[in-house]
Amino acid sequence: MIHRHTLAQLAAELRARKLSSVELARAYLERIQASQPLLNAFISITAEQALAAAGAADAALARGEGGPLTGVPIGHKDLFCTAGVRTTCGSRMLENFVSPYDATVVSRLRASGAVMLGKLNMDEFAMGSSNETSHFGPVRNPWNTDLVPGGSSGGSAAAVSARLLPGATATDTGGSIRQPAALCGITGIKPTYGRVSRYGMIAFASSLDQGGVVTASAEDAALMLREMAGFDPRDSTSVDTPVPDYVAGLDAPLEGLKIGLLKEFFDAGLDPDNERCIREALAVFPRLGAKVRQVSLPNISLSVPAYYVVAPAECSSNLARYDGVRFGHRCKEPRDLTDLYKRSRSEGFGAEVKRRIMTGTYVLSAGYYDAYYLKAQRVRQLIAADFQRAFAEVDVLMGPATPTTAFAIGAKTADPITMYLNDIYTISANLAGVPALSVPCGFAQGLPVGLQVIGPHFAEQRLLHAAHRYQLETDWHLKIPERFA
Amino acid sequence: MALTRAQVENIAHLARLELDPAEIPAFQDKLSRIVDFIGELDRADTAGVAPMAHPLPGLAQRLRPDAVTETDAHPLYQQNAPQVAAGLYLVPKVIE
Repeated sequence: MIHRHTLAQLAAELRARKLSSVELARAYLERIQASQPLLNAFISITAEQALAAAGAADAALARGEGGPLTGVPIGHKDLFCTAGVRTTCGSRMLENFVSPYDATVVSRLRASGAVMLGKLNMDEFAMGSSNETSHFGPVRNPWNTDLVPGGSSGGSAAAVSARLLPGATATDTGGSIRQPAALCGITGIKPTYGRVSRYGMIAFASSLDQGGVVTASAEDAALMLREMAGFDPRDSTSVDTPVPDYVAGLDAPLEGLKIGLLKEFFDAGLDPDNERCIREALAVFPRLGAKVRQVSLPNISLSVPAYYVVAPAECSSNLARYDGVRFGHRCKEPRDLTDLYKRSRSEGFGAEVKRRIMTGTYVLSAGYYDAYYLKAQRVRQLIAADFQRAFAEVDVLMGPATPTTAFAIGAKTADPITMYLNDIYTISANLAGVPALSVPCGFAQGLPVGLQVIGPHFAEQRLLHAAHRYQLETDWHLKIPERFA
Repeated sequence: MALTRAQVENIAHLARLELDPAEIPAFQDKLSRIVDFIGELDRADTAGVAPMAHPLPGLAQRLRPDAVTETDAHPLYQQNAPQVAAGLYLVPKVIE
């Protein structure tokens, strides 16, 4: 029953040589292979490389060497570039793309000893909230396989939820870590913009994209994030400030923590059963010495429309690089250069990616730039100012991560706006660049609900601390879907 | 605001996408809904508010010493290219 151990426990057991990394990798690979027809969480399974890396980890541990994660199995969302292993970004465009280099996140986790077992499924180019836009087929929710796992990091979240891995990397542009973490009943953190290097992380919206992790517990997230975070000269937006030891101090009392209950997140769109779970979770914190009061962020309702200008605009620029010339899909027998561009792109991208590129092209086109793009950037400023005002009064904000629990596959594909509104509670943190996490806080009709905790810039430690103390009081994060228990 | 078929075709051209004529109505419908939705931004009073382009305002862009840090690895990079000859990327003829 080794898969029930947390990542922190596994790391300690490996160091104490109670476990071998090869044995652990074999056990997880077996679970991955067995679940693949059911969940489709992986795009690539790298068993051979994993067993070789695990063997090397065991040898290092035998010599008394190794880093904090030596021998621990993990997976990477398939938008982190991995030299020698294909990186598809969930798209036909990159179906056969093998990166010539590793993402900084990948090389850092390898340097700390983690063993990669495979690359995880995702919405195409991270554009989606249900994992249904993947060229490699939808991922299914381990709690009920008729439902979506959320997205875009749906493969990462489903894999950790079903304990196919103790931890995985993920990315969050508008909620793509927190929303699937909530829908799959696991812990997920999106750090401050600039905290984790974006080098080798395939770009969607460069002013919003941020790498993070999904794990079973906040302690596990702290352990993985500590190894990933930090300055990288190869990312021009990477921030050069020291990374605190996220693991140290997790057990300290929460005495005096000022929590703001985010008023606008308890609106008519919030499912009553979800609201009950969130309110019960908020009631735990005063018992731990924290003070809860209501806080209002008046402009936050404009987050989703502002996001659907800014993100597509940046996406249309970033995805212009897929031209069928230097890498990626190329159409057969192009008549001329324009035909080569157009058909390569049209064959390589799926419908949602095309819609986002076209939305971005429209809002940036002559005559519309001021009305949409500049306007959205001004609204973004208002939302960031709302957060700044709130954090002058409280230490963290809390509220739901999603309006509902997981929905049925196919239920929201007809209307893009219905799908976009899934991220109504997560998008604002990306616009403001602040860190946020989701922790499991109960079940509504048998499906997991996530509590979101948002903090000021570079307050990851505070978020993880609050989440960890909550997890010492509750056991929602230890619940595993019956089929995978 | 409903986008016309011609507008959708023009946006697709600007984005260098070729839409199947049969799928244009669906794009027209969904893009029109998106344009309506982002039109909600109109109700925000943003007079005197500076546009925000970067989530960490005040952070200066770094400079680095002008030194060689990477060596030529074009054969490696070109392994992903659909068509290469003599170290050059090949495309259809552009000059008659």
